[in-house]
Amino acid sequence: MLATRGATTPASGAGIVSLRGVSKTFGATVALQDVSLEVVEGGFVSLLGPSGCGKSTLLRAVADLVTPSTGSVEVAGKTASRARDNRDYGMVFQAATLFDWRTIRRNVELPLEIMGWPKARRRERAEQMLALVGLTEFADHRPPQLSGGMQQRVAIARALAFEPRLLLMDEPFGALDEITRERLNDELLAVWRRTQTTVLFVTHSIPEAVFLSSSVAVMSARPGRVIAEIAVDLPYPRTVETRESPRYFALVTEVREALRSAGA
Amino acid sequence: MRSGVRRGLAAIALPTALVAGWEGYRALALALDNTWPGTDVALPVAVRGTGNAQQFPHTWDVIMAFGRPYRGAGETLGAYLLGQVGFTLREVGVGFALGGLLGFALGTLFAHSRLAERSLLPYVVASQTVPFIAFAPIVVLAVNSVDWLPRWWGVAVLSTYLVFFPMTVNTLRGLRSASPQAEELLRSYRTSAWTRLWRLRVPAAVPYLFVGAKVGATAAVVGAIVGELSAPSSQGIGAALFAFGRVSNQSVQLFATVLVAAALGIVSYLAVSAAERAVAWRFTGRRGAS
Repeated sequence: MLATRGATTPASGAGIVSLRGVSKTFGATVALQDVSLEVVEGGFVSLLGPSGCGKSTLLRAVADLVTPSTGSVEVAGKTASRARDNRDYGMVFQAATLFDWRTIRRNVELPLEIMGWPKARRRERAEQMLALVGLTEFADHRPPQLSGGMQQRVAIARALAFEPRLLLMDEPFGALDEITRERLNDELLAVWRRTQTTVLFVTHSIPEAVFLSSSVAVMSARPGRVIAEIAVDLPYPRTVETRESPRYFALVTEVREALRSAGA
Repeated sequence: MRSGVRRGLAAIALPTALVAGWEGYRALALALDNTWPGTDVALPVAVRGTGNAQQFPHTWDVIMAFGRPYRGAGETLGAYLLGQVGFTLREVGVGFALGGLLGFALGTLFAHSRLAERSLLPYVVASQTVPFIAFAPIVVLAVNSVDWLPRWWGVAVLSTYLVFFPMTVNTLRGLRSASPQAEELLRSYRTSAWTRLWRLRVPAAVPYLFVGAKVGATAAVVGAIVGELSAPSSQGIGAALFAFGRVSNQSVQLFATVLVAAALGIVSYLAVSAAERAVAWRFTGRRGAS
């Protein structure tokens, strides 16, 4: 799993996530309206929109944690429900959602335990994952002993521990300070490039979306719709220079204008 | 080191003040002949009697009573009360265990079924508003009529009755304390409600369970002692309180027994508290929590 990805934009493989005409209503509230979106395998796609635009609901529809009112969700060529059965995705939330009664190592092992992996194999994989996110020496610590940024890295290690094809992230760095957030952006890209996992990433930060993504899906305020898909043609690996390049600023501006045109 | 001394002083400050207040009042009342100076108005509590019949004994007389035979001759009061403590502790233990299990089961049921919560929780609350002492004799009689249960179980059942309520409430709160995201995380692994209960909700509830257990431990002692007052077995600390309180010439023994009853409650609380300190940090990841 730790093969290194090519130095440029990821392969444009088959669609791993395919949403067609997805709507979701909660009572009288229309959270999502007729959303269609394709995520290609190996891509890094951000869902960007104002608070309450339904982007988290959309992510949960992919995760089969909410059922769309209409439309279809396909993940890895299957229904979302089958994809959940097959553990085709790992999930990271805004809060790290670590279990305080488990050590860091055993937090990473949690999905593997549930999936019935033998102990030795679990342990080995947890070590690999902690090395991947640079937290090897914290394996025996408890979550409250780690900073917010470190906790979120553990959550990423846990989500990737069973090698899902898809990583779903719901504003994972939204609660972190700007400095930590940028560092974790860099680390996430490094992990993504090493693991070749497709990422669907929810955020309300324009710079974050542009810096990370191969493509940004811009959503309107409620009812949520995808109003623009902007391909980000900045080359990978992205670095500090990327954040300072004219093309980066141009894309940030383009995304911002797309958001504004949606009345967001 | 200094803070250790200060904490030690703080811990004995209240008992010292109580003893000083007690002895001070006693000395004053004797000096004033139990009346307010210059009037015939009696002081609120009279200091009378001698020996075991003292109604306001010296604190040291109460302590010394433990070492003396409690009925003319034979066994010392201390040895007698120790035996009664053993009898009561058995009721407390069974009551605490049964009440804890019942409370945990009810709390778990309510945490998983709004319908059960809505239809049963009001009655659980109402059960605690009925004066417990009013129906204690009925429960003791009912349990005694069950042939295959030892007679002391009647009192244990009363103890259960006081324990299950704090356990139910705290189990319910604890099981609901897990974050919705943690619940979603486990659902994303396609786990059963049962797996989510044992992997997430129960460990998250542990600190709350200890709160319920600490309240329950003292309630169990109260339940057992009050239950013994209505039980025909004439054994246990409650029965001893009843026996010494019924006669006027054993008030020193009565005070000594009250001290033992209080100690029993405190020790029960401290036992749960010690278990919490030994275990709870594993569930919170923080030492010295709560």
